[in-house]
Amino acid sequence: MNNLLETKEVSKYFGEFQALDAVSIQVPKHSIFGLLGPNGAGKTTLIRIINQITMPDTGLVLLDGEPLQPNDVKYIGYLPEERGLYKSMKVGEQALYLAQLKGLSYSEAKKRLKYWFDKLEIGHWWDKKIEELSKGMAQKIQFVVTVMHQPKLLIFDEPFSGFDPINANLIKDEILQLRDEGATVIFSTHRMESVEELCDHIALIHESKKILDGKLIDIKRTYKTNTFEVGLVSDDKMALKQLIEAKFKVTPADFKSINDDLKLNIALDANGTPNDLLAFLSAQSQVLHFKELIPNASDIFIQTIQNN
Amino acid sequence: MNHLPLIIKREYLTKVRNKSFIIMTFLSPIIMIALFSLIGYLTSINNETVRTIYVLDETGFLSESFKSTEQTIYTKVTEVDLETAKILANQENAYGLLHIPNQPIETVSSVVKFYSEESPSLSIISSLESTLENKLSELKLQNNGVDLALIEASKTRIDMNQESFEGVKTSKVGSVMKLIFGGAAGYLLFMFIIIYGNMIMRSVIEEKTSRIIEVIISSVKPIQLMLGKIIGTSLAGITQFAIWIVLGLVFFIASMSIFGVEMSQTQAPQQALVSEALSNTDSPDKIQMIFNEFSTLPLGNLVIAFILFFICGYLLYSSLYAAIGAAVDNETDTQQFMLPVIMPLILAVYVGMFTVIEDPHGTISTVFSFIPFTSPVVMLMRIPFGVPIWQQIISLLILVGTFLGIVWFAAKIYRVGILMYGKKPTYKELFKWLKY
Repeated sequence: MNNLLETKEVSKYFGEFQALDAVSIQVPKHSIFGLLGPNGAGKTTLIRIINQITMPDTGLVLLDGEPLQPNDVKYIGYLPEERGLYKSMKVGEQALYLAQLKGLSYSEAKKRLKYWFDKLEIGHWWDKKIEELSKGMAQKIQFVVTVMHQPKLLIFDEPFSGFDPINANLIKDEILQLRDEGATVIFSTHRMESVEELCDHIALIHESKKILDGKLIDIKRTYKTNTFEVGLVSDDKMALKQLIEAKFKVTPADFKSINDDLKLNIALDANGTPNDLLAFLSAQSQVLHFKELIPNASDIFIQTIQNN
Repeated sequence: MNHLPLIIKREYLTKVRNKSFIIMTFLSPIIMIALFSLIGYLTSINNETVRTIYVLDETGFLSESFKSTEQTIYTKVTEVDLETAKILANQENAYGLLHIPNQPIETVSSVVKFYSEESPSLSIISSLESTLENKLSELKLQNNGVDLALIEASKTRIDMNQESFEGVKTSKVGSVMKLIFGGAAGYLLFMFIIIYGNMIMRSVIEEKTSRIIEVIISSVKPIQLMLGKIIGTSLAGITQFAIWIVLGLVFFIASMSIFGVEMSQTQAPQQALVSEALSNTDSPDKIQMIFNEFSTLPLGNLVIAFILFFICGYLLYSSLYAAIGAAVDNETDTQQFMLPVIMPLILAVYVGMFTVIEDPHGTISTVFSFIPFTSPVVMLMRIPFGVPIWQQIISLLILVGTFLGIVWFAAKIYRVGILMYGKKPTYKELFKWLKY
């Protein structure tokens, strides 16, 4: 069994409103899985179903190939988008309480917390109340209580909101390290640059339906349009442009360069190869820049949703 | 995984360690004592005011029946006309002037008049009236040749002995004691629900506004969280009540030894009723009598019924409070949902106070002691008067059934509500949540 988590045809209605329509996803072991979609698409509902906060109307959730059991909450660490802590409770006491709710014994919880507090250098916060801490500090505590029971499935809903860049990086590194140590991560976000950076699998949910999923590289391959970005130096740029336009589909390109060159995006048809294009171009001009245009996650996101 | 004990422990400790909880626990008895002392003090000041009333008695045979007391001094004015008497009374800052014109006994009653600067107090007027009425009645009887001594001698007092068909002897003292027991139990439940129900509601709202709720319910079932909250808060409440009772006893014993009899001057209405009942009894050993009555109370039944009805009634209402807390985002939005919860509670207390006292086994009290939302309070008030066990059991079964239904309902609202932010829900939306 290569998938840690699978949802099979999961549907959920809230009254008349259908929040999820037969959504099936497969989250491979040790992957970082990006759950993407516009606001209100149903991501949070799906995550809540995986956490057994909400029950699906139809469909099945499998963890390690077995239907989800109430006891499985101890294998899952969940950092919700709407998160917080008891404001008037002390940091240590609170973390211990939440750890015990996840099924750890008191002494085990204490040992793990000490490890994490030392690692993130926040040990001196133990006796402080949450209301005395800044938002970023509270977020760190929140992160610790999410991961301290060593869950095999981690679910982060917009994990970087509220962090400054330094702490966001710190948390990102921790997430990667947890993945390397064997955890599987589901990651829901709007920030496409972090998807690009972290995720190896994605699923895109739009208007309650899953409209795209798979390995990010595979998706990129299917979404690329055989288009190349070129920078050419020539004495007569207008003439060169007309010459190319006669043969290929051309749009203006925009990239940074130190030369006064002609910047174009050139789309090849299905049979065209980059070598043919390069041969053609080098015959007419000096080729300074030649790069295949690969759609980024953001382009795929926008394009897929507009097509639906 | 059963996390209930863990949740109860946290809820309890957070409540008990809370500064305002600690302050309230020790401050409110002091405030109560201060308040009662103030009332007592103000009453005593009021009683110390001395009032002078001028009496202009033109008949000459009525003024002697007005005897001056510590609070009221009657000054008889003679040999002056009404106008001069008025001026005199006003100059001397008298409370008022009672004018009895010179008329025969038969007609004088319709022409007496009281002059005063401000509207006179009701108690003064009625005391004047009764003095005059008594004197005039006596005079009329004498005129008709009736011997007053004979009337005095033939006056009779009755203190009815009571006995049930089964042969259990009771008395007025007993009724009053039953009333106190029932009333105290019912009222205690009422207060407990209001105070700690609100506390539960606030604690649910706090979890929502601090946004920790989703973290928590990814580990525990909402119904566990809700029950844990209710039980934990109730234990904190019981702790608070226990401290109050201990403090109250300490204060009572201390003040009894210091002030002795003085305590009896600041009497609660019920105590007044007791002492009235006691003073009307000619029994030589009143204390003995109270103990006798006490032993005839269905004590075992009372204690068991108190525990059962108290727990069920309290849980019934507190789960509603928890549901309200879950449905809204902040305390100001709770108003519209509070009313339907408070209404039956207040109704229960009023029914208890007015109809149970009048007729503990009448139709209204009996019916209300079966309706689940009023039954805990009304039944607790009725039980000291002896309610058949089968009635208690049926009422309790109805209550438990309703309680289970309400917990199911509250848990549904709670489960959906705790994850809903933003708009304040309407009743229609709450109804829809039941189907989620």
